[in-house]
Amino acid sequence: MTTSAILTMIIVQVSVAITTGYMFYRVLTTPPKPEIEDDFHENDDVPL
Amino acid sequence: MSENKESWGSRVGLILAMAGNAVGLGNFLRFPVKAVENGGGAFIIPYLICFLLMGIPLLWIEWSMGRFGGKFNNHSTPFILDNMTKKRFWKYFGVFGIFTNVAVAAYYCYIESWTMSYVYHSLRQTFAGMDQGAVAGFFNDYVDIGSTTTGIPYEAVVFYLICLTLNTWILSKGLSGGVERVAKFGMPLLILFGAFLAFQGLTLGDSGAPEGAGSDFNSYAGLNFLWEPQFDSLFNPKVWLAAAGQIFFTLSVGMGTIHCYASYIRPKDDIALNAMSAGWMNGFVEIVLGASIVIPIAVGYLGLDWVKENAGFSMAFQTMPFLFGKWGVFLGTMGGVMWFGLLFFAGITSSLAMGTPWMGFMSDEFNWNREKAAFSFGLLVMVVGLPTVFFYQEGVFGEYDYWAGEVSLVVFALAETILFSWIFGIHRGWNEIKSGADINIPGFYKPVLKYVTPLLLLTVFLGALVTPVNNDWERALKGDWELDPSSIIGRIQNKGIIANRDYFSNSFQSDVDGVVAGIDRTNPTEVLVQIGQRVTFYRDATGNTRRVPEEMASEVATFDSLTVVKTYEFNPKRHNLVVNEGDPVEAFGTIATGSFTNDIFYINMSRLLLLGLFATICALVYRATSKREKEGRLD
Repeated sequence: MTTSAILTMIIVQVSVAITTGYMFYRVLTTPPKPEIEDDFHENDDVPL
Repeated sequence: MSENKESWGSRVGLILAMAGNAVGLGNFLRFPVKAVENGGGAFIIPYLICFLLMGIPLLWIEWSMGRFGGKFNNHSTPFILDNMTKKRFWKYFGVFGIFTNVAVAAYYCYIESWTMSYVYHSLRQTFAGMDQGAVAGFFNDYVDIGSTTTGIPYEAVVFYLICLTLNTWILSKGLSGGVERVAKFGMPLLILFGAFLAFQGLTLGDSGAPEGAGSDFNSYAGLNFLWEPQFDSLFNPKVWLAAAGQIFFTLSVGMGTIHCYASYIRPKDDIALNAMSAGWMNGFVEIVLGASIVIPIAVGYLGLDWVKENAGFSMAFQTMPFLFGKWGVFLGTMGGVMWFGLLFFAGITSSLAMGTPWMGFMSDEFNWNREKAAFSFGLLVMVVGLPTVFFYQEGVFGEYDYWAGEVSLVVFALAETILFSWIFGIHRGWNEIKSGADINIPGFYKPVLKYVTPLLLLTVFLGALVTPVNNDWERALKGDWELDPSSIIGRIQNKGIIANRDYFSNSFQSDVDGVVAGIDRTNPTEVLVQIGQRVTFYRDATGNTRRVPEEMASEVATFDSLTVVKTYEFNPKRHNLVVNEGDPVEAFGTIATGSFTNDIFYINMSRLLLLGLFATICALVYRATSKREKEGRLD
């Protein structure tokens, strides 16, 4: 393999793997939101 | 209105189900082929840019539309779209979000059934000792439903029905009890299998090269070919269109499944981080695993030239079992089970997602319980799907894939993006995306959502509508714009069908010039007529013959050989050949007489069937609207 091919492969694959891992880390470490009753008055907008 | 009580069991389960929905066969087969065709390592640059500017915005749009619809107990796109605008016709655009899933599931379950069958054959070591031609022939026999590879009559139909029954049964267990459980089990297993095969691909080196083979029989040559950046390709519009198309199809956007899944989350739950997690997981499977399996393994055993000529979807079933056979009995069996197992999990997590919009719609609008909704989905898919099983070789499968699996997706995604950013309004849309978000969303995405994403989608749509011949955009932009048969307009005109353009005829014409290279009468139920043409070859270092690329024509010793370019199959009871071996044949020249039903008939009938399905779902939406009006549920 040429140096440019190896570098491209490693940089891209490692970046994608790290980003994916980071996203899952955030999902797993974010505390769950408290249960709230589904309240239609809380909608940002009333349907048109 | 019924109270749809479905919900997700956990956040991780939802993300795995969403990722499973996106991860499909294309991650392992389409991505590496597209990269090879479009500049190798340089392809990743437009790919990632399109992911950031089109993929992520579309994911956010669909997740937020789904969650918004869920607040009003709408779980399928017709009434999710209807919620967002005063214009009532938009719900008929939402029909695409049900239609696409039923039509795609119809042929997708067929591919899924192949993977089930190939897991079985890998375990039974059916492919052991077969040469490459025999493995390829095995697949052709399999899809020819008249023959059998297991002794089970009509086995392709049997496996299809088993696969469909399995999907229906899992769907009847609901979201958390069925779909989520399969995703939690299937996705980790898929990654494990993929990691094993990728390790094999990355470490194969030249250990699989035949004796005396050149340096291009090396998995690293395959990786080099895949990743070597050719930066000049970045100035070619074809590469950008291919990258945008790949991002679009790999994320399963424009289908209505994401809306449906997201409609079952709570109104204040995050969607921004969830969407990113599912999207990046799909990217991981595609870029890290998908790029490290098929191409390097195939190049390691068959050489770079072979892969350049043959890379494509068919390699999964027609080539890989032969290559696994070279790993020995134990590893070869494991390789086959893992490869087809990962394709099966990639398939089933997607096909289950396709069932949920129909089930959500029938439950919301007609109060159907989930067992009834799941059973009706299975039945509908069977009715629409059996023509793809019986008439696979007549082109029905390809028509479904093109119109439902490609064109409909782009049309719906373009429509929903315009609705979200321009009609619902970018300010309200932006607030929807940010509501409950567990990550900060960069502000520049607001103009991206409003201008860049719709423009990119419009470009993809127009690119598909008027694709120039051979995808040669440079020539087309200089004014020489002839439509390719694969363009939408070309497909409507059936430009790809050259001869035999009548539905029924008493004679059969050849599509190509050439000579009758062979007539095979070994099977009493069919006669195979091979049409050959003179092609120039050279012999490579291993002694294998290769077509001469233009740039090599003056560098190597060449020779002409008669090569089979087309094979026609006739029924000896119904057709009479009017040519003999060695006879010259002209395009449009008659080669057989008798009673013929040509492929164009099956192709146009499959289009009618798809139109009928679309019209039926429109009628159901119309009926649901009337029902809502009567019950005072429509504003």
